[in-house]
Amino acid sequence: MRPDRAYQAALTGMALLLPALLLALLVELAVNAWPSIDRFGWSFVFTSTWDPVADVYGAGPLIFGTLASSFVALVLAVPLAFSVAIFLSEFAPRWLKRPLGFLVELLAAVPSVVYGLWGIFVLIPFLQGAFGWLPFFQGAFYGNSMLAGGIILAVMVVPYIAAVSREVLNAVPTTQREAALALGATRWEAVWMAVLPYGRAGLVGAVMLGLGRALGETMAVTMVIGNRHDISFSLLQPGYTMAAAIANEFSEATTSLYLSALFEVGLVLFVITVLVNAAARLLVWRTAPGRAVGSRAL
Amino acid sequence: MSRGRARRRAVSAIMTGLVGLLSAVAVLPLVLIFSYLMFKGASSLNLAFFLDNPVPAGQTGGGVAHAIVGSGIIVGLAALIGLPVGIGAGIFLAEYGSGRLGWTVRFVADVLNGTPSIIIGIFAWTWIVRPQRHFSGLAGALALAVILVPLVARTTEEMVRLVPHSLREAALALGYPRWRTSLTIVVRTALAGIVTGGLVGVARVAGETAPLLFTALGNLNFSTHVNEPMQALPLQIYVYATGPFPEWHRLAWAASLVLILLVFGLALVARRVAANRYGAG
Amino acid sequence: MIPPIRSTLMALAGLALAGPAVAQVKLTGAGATFPNIIYQDWVLSYNQQHREVQLNYQSIGSGGGIRQFSENTVDFGGTDAPMTDSTIAAVGGNVLHLPTVLGGLAVIYNLRGVSTPVKFSPQVLADIFLGKLTSWNDPRIAAINPTVQLPRSDILVVHRSDGSGTTYVFTDYLSKVSPEWQRRVGKGTSVNWPVGLGGRGNEGVAATVGQTPGAIGHAELGYADANKLQYGQVQNRAGQFVTPTVESVTAAAAGAMADMGPTTDFRVSITNPGGADAYPIASFTWLLLRKQYADAAKAGALVPFVWWAVTDGQAAAARLGYAPLPAAMRPWIEARLKSVTAGGKAVWAGRK
Repeated sequence: MRPDRAYQAALTGMALLLPALLLALLVELAVNAWPSIDRFGWSFVFTSTWDPVADVYGAGPLIFGTLASSFVALVLAVPLAFSVAIFLSEFAPRWLKRPLGFLVELLAAVPSVVYGLWGIFVLIPFLQGAFGWLPFFQGAFYGNSMLAGGIILAVMVVPYIAAVSREVLNAVPTTQREAALALGATRWEAVWMAVLPYGRAGLVGAVMLGLGRALGETMAVTMVIGNRHDISFSLLQPGYTMAAAIANEFSEATTSLYLSALFEVGLVLFVITVLVNAAARLLVWRTAPGRAVGSRAL
Repeated sequence: MSRGRARRRAVSAIMTGLVGLLSAVAVLPLVLIFSYLMFKGASSLNLAFFLDNPVPAGQTGGGVAHAIVGSGIIVGLAALIGLPVGIGAGIFLAEYGSGRLGWTVRFVADVLNGTPSIIIGIFAWTWIVRPQRHFSGLAGALALAVILVPLVARTTEEMVRLVPHSLREAALALGYPRWRTSLTIVVRTALAGIVTGGLVGVARVAGETAPLLFTALGNLNFSTHVNEPMQALPLQIYVYATGPFPEWHRLAWAASLVLILLVFGLALVARRVAANRYGAG
Repeated sequence: MIPPIRSTLMALAGLALAGPAVAQVKLTGAGATFPNIIYQDWVLSYNQQHREVQLNYQSIGSGGGIRQFSENTVDFGGTDAPMTDSTIAAVGGNVLHLPTVLGGLAVIYNLRGVSTPVKFSPQVLADIFLGKLTSWNDPRIAAINPTVQLPRSDILVVHRSDGSGTTYVFTDYLSKVSPEWQRRVGKGTSVNWPVGLGGRGNEGVAATVGQTPGAIGHAELGYADANKLQYGQVQNRAGQFVTPTVESVTAAAAGAMADMGPTTDFRVSITNPGGADAYPIASFTWLLLRKQYADAAKAGALVPFVWWAVTDGQAAAARLGYAPLPAAMRPWIEARLKSVTAGGKAVWAGRK
């Protein structure tokens, strides 16, 4: 009995490190962000002035940029990712499933900095060539822009959304498909009317997981988005995200309030991603309960 | 065949084609990036690249030996610290995790897996760099270990769950105590999967840059001392890619190629082992 | 100069077989990107010549250098923005600013079709960076560049995204020449730039300008030369349009020395000086050392390096796009270095 207890206790101890870690993260961020929270209150979230000379900080552009770039990324990524998932789970011939699935996994394995490198030297010049001649778009076009950030993010989140969606669709009972087909539906109709609605919660969850990833992506984004503390509704203007700002300014924050403001940015980012991820997991578990969905690449 | 049925068939065919096309578009960036990396980087992969240390900014030549070794040390250390804890947590989730505690830990693990790695980086900075008053490869390794633990926990859980219950029951029926069943029968059977899950996790953290920005800092020199700043391959790529010197760009492409080949190689190995063991795709 | 394969393999073998025979002193510094080109050159050369020391310098920006130095996470800092009185007070006054080299801040731009250097007056520069002057063929720019065919395109401003001494120097200059800039933006290592996108480090700004047609930015002369970027002439206080060169930067410092003296703490700004040949946007760059170190071995290894840098190391300056320090400054720097102590005792006795 004793060794059994010891074994279980040891394993439980290791497992408990996880909630402890989450708590420690939250506490550490909150404690270090406190001076900034105390000074700026809610205006931190809404104001746009980020002025280290005057020691006044407003993270409005950062939050806007994070949400905007992620939104652009989802608009581009969701149709692609869903297509891959549907294709792989419903239509792909046996010989194609393995290689295609592997390719999608590889997309998730590419390091962020490599995406950034490609972004700087391939994507940006391409965008400069494609859009640079448009004089009537708001402002001058640098290439480094919210659009570039959104495109890179889209490429990066496609595999996550695709992998989870595929698991969700695989978890849909075959009886659903068969019943639809038996009633005379075409293959597409079976998918559209019987499979997708069944997995709706899970699919929404998959998209939210992709969103969670996009919100926190750092390196590739900071290399192409232009790093400008500004809110602009033109996609062709440079922008900034919370993660990119932290990466650029954390080592160099000259005053303790500046550093605290960056911690507060980190806290806001952390809270947003935790909420999005929590909601996503709950939704995914509705269709594919408890499954470590897509954990191989994730 | 009625007109309606023919139209529906056409729609189905079109949608199938569209879905197939969009799938191809989805994986197109991978092909583009990889081929571009090969095109730009392959020619720079000579012996000097792997064995030399950097030369001053603006000069030609030099290599990334210090970054490759640094990455090896930091990632190796992260694996040493993070894998046992992650695997232990994963076994817990599979063997004892059916209750509320298990549900909570599972949930937390998934949430942690989605946490931005830059947040882990500043966490490691406040816990290790700031009190220690210096940057170090060790701090970087710890940051990577924090990312590794929840990742490996979930893959381990998945692999252990795949072991058929009949094996467990047979062992218990033969008089094995619970802990011995778990360790020598169940885990042993799932070992290949656990190892590949670990490999994939290690490959993932080997490519991380953000957590190392404020922990390992970077080093111009070849160093194997973990208690000092250390260079890592992703950090080196970041510095070179965002710099102005064409020589730096050349090295960045080559280093990216090396990194991506490493990561892809590990993913391939993991896939092959998992497929052999479990036959699933 | 270049560590060959052989020495790397030997180092590996050495590590594999036994620990280092001589205790090697490791020094870590971080800070300004402005002098990074020459600091890397110095560090890698010095490490080669003095195997008992291993220096590492990471360019993370002057703001970072000051921060890390103040927090004691590095042994020495690098900055082109001198520490303010309050930041000095925050470290209890335990800091020495030692100038190492002079640099000029080039106004870099990307106008492929334009081969003659573009002239900028102080007001034009300020208005470009304030966002008030937005196209290259604006009449005000054309007025001072009568012979140049300027394109009809937008001016794309690039500035620093990180805490930077280069920003400090540039904004210091703009604050002196433009009351509106002084009022709206001010000077500092990190400012609220009215327009433009951010690049990380001198490296990042140079890279972005080089890759973006129509862009304008500011970077240390060495970066501009190394990357064959175009840079313009700036009008100085005497009304002359001056190109940033080693000579014009040295001319900027010549006047400054008169204001300093043997007891100077070296925290002097040399932007917009007098002098017909002086380049108006130039600056010293400093290494931050502590007056009192806790570790005698480290201090004892660091101080000789700094002395080497301000004497033998100056030979590399012109080649890399920096201007050497006026030789008359050396005795003053020597005196400062001799005052560095560890455990109550001076760590360096002076030049051999």
